[in-house]
Amino acid sequence: MGVKLLLDKANVPGIRTYEVYRREGGYRAVEKALKEMTTDAIVEEVKKSGLRGRGGAGFPTGMKWSFIAKPEGVPRHLVCNADESEPGTFKDRYLMEFLPHLLIEGLIVSSYALGSNETYIYIRGEYAWITDILEEAIEEAKAAGWLGKNILGTGFDCNIHVQRGGGAYICGEETALIESLEGKRGNPRIKPPFPAIQGLWMRPTVVNNVETLAAVVPIINMGGEEYAKIGVGKSTGTKLISACGNINKPGVYEIDMTITVEEFIYSDEYCGGIKDGKKLKACIPGGSSVPILPANLLLTTAKGEPRYMNYESLSDGGFATGSMLGSGGFIVLDEDQCIVKNTYTLARFYRHESCGQCSPCREGTGWMEKILQKIETGKGEMSDIDLLWDIQRKIEGNTICPLGDAASWPVAAAIRHFRDEFEWHVKNPELSQTSNFGLQHYADPIHVPA
Amino acid sequence: MATTFNDTQMTEFKRLVARYPEGKQKSALLPALHLAQDSFGGWLSTETMDYVASLLHIEPIEVYEVATFYSMYNLKPVGKFVFEVCQTGPCMVSGSDNIIDYIKKTLDIKPGETTKDGMFTLKLVECLGACGYAPMMQVGKIYKEHLTKEKVDSIIAAYRTEAANN
Repeated sequence: MGVKLLLDKANVPGIRTYEVYRREGGYRAVEKALKEMTTDAIVEEVKKSGLRGRGGAGFPTGMKWSFIAKPEGVPRHLVCNADESEPGTFKDRYLMEFLPHLLIEGLIVSSYALGSNETYIYIRGEYAWITDILEEAIEEAKAAGWLGKNILGTGFDCNIHVQRGGGAYICGEETALIESLEGKRGNPRIKPPFPAIQGLWMRPTVVNNVETLAAVVPIINMGGEEYAKIGVGKSTGTKLISACGNINKPGVYEIDMTITVEEFIYSDEYCGGIKDGKKLKACIPGGSSVPILPANLLLTTAKGEPRYMNYESLSDGGFATGSMLGSGGFIVLDEDQCIVKNTYTLARFYRHESCGQCSPCREGTGWMEKILQKIETGKGEMSDIDLLWDIQRKIEGNTICPLGDAASWPVAAAIRHFRDEFEWHVKNPELSQTSNFGLQHYADPIHVPA
Repeated sequence: MATTFNDTQMTEFKRLVARYPEGKQKSALLPALHLAQDSFGGWLSTETMDYVASLLHIEPIEVYEVATFYSMYNLKPVGKFVFEVCQTGPCMVSGSDNIIDYIKKTLDIKPGETTKDGMFTLKLVECLGACGYAPMMQVGKIYKEHLTKEKVDSIIAAYRTEAANN
């Protein structure tokens, strides 16, 4: 069993309620932070912990906090990004649904550190029942004196509000989220200015992911240095992985980032192996935006070393032979899955979610979807594969926000690693409608433990 | 249906607006549209959107551009129960195609359509964050997960009973 810092109490009956959460040691981090620590000291602890943003980008949290501007007389805001929308990702939902007070505790400590008196949780609109759970938990915390005016007699005031979004993936991008929180379309802003200088209502703002803010609680309780001892290299602490697709045990797992991908997939503690005794074909290890890897490159790096479930190891080899840890949305595909169809559904997703501001993304995502549909339905030509490659290359890096990159990478990686499957579709228009390409040569190097 | 919030709805509307600083009441637009949609028959008519604009002291166009941007706002009437079935990658590899086909056949409607009795609307949606519990659909506030054909049958039957009893 690996170390659990976030979900260690998830199975305690009634942990969702304030009473049980407090009895289990909850809100100690707020007591420690507000009574014994300066705001600078909290930022220092978070820096020492090596905590990296858990939403997908992996930017060091302490550093992000240190960028916040503090102009005289201008309110600052902390915004919690709970717009979890990256396909394959459902970890924040789990955390908020079962441990709402852990998030609220992390939000109070972080709001204190950043000087935010009015803090917002922006939650995806579809998580309507979780909004109710959070609002109930906030009321409980307020009644117990952890929120509101003059918390613990320190003079610090803090309120937390939950705002539901309206159904738009793009609002997970922090400036689009801010626009949406202001009651507008979720069009990402051109940076600079960065939110740390001019964010919500043009005031200094920090936007952090749910899991990131929850992780602040163990960091304060155990100290940043102790937190940093867990994990390996720059992958410190624990990470929530939401595993889905063709596996025996889909669900949310907390890992300490020292385990191998092979152990994560095949051990009974985690995914429990591939469903129905089938073979592993491919995996998208960090949410739909990150490059898909064939089984051989997933389990071992190009150098033949075992691949680990952490930031560095999953990206080993760059995009040529590696991928990314991303949001921790771990999508497993078995031997029966069609890479062309999977890529097509993802391309359709990105076309649907493009905000339409930048031409390369607005037009390009639609073209990619159409071409992929053409190939998938047996109407493709060989030149379409090169055209797809060309389009994705022209979107990447040419847009205001990373949605363009996020739409390009899955297409690029699918062609890079599974080009023969695309060609098979083109050469076998009829056969491809009734059967799948299957594993073919991707089966060879896979070692499945007994 | 009258386009005016009743007392309960108005209290909720005021609670939403009070969360934002003075002069930033436009921030309440998304939650206010959810409230309006739930209050006025599950969709947003132009009349409803104009009403929300007047309550927030903003121009109607500011409401239209938001309502048309986000996928959760229905801009035309929908059935009593809306089945929003996820079709994105992780659901697809877990068999969402079969579920979608089955719902289409059972209700005899295409995506975007409503049954003749006005009971059910089928909407195909993109990832709802339930990938580990696929295939799935959202109905109102609820997620229906681990869908099978049998489960779809019992869900439809349960909603028909619910409607008959109301």
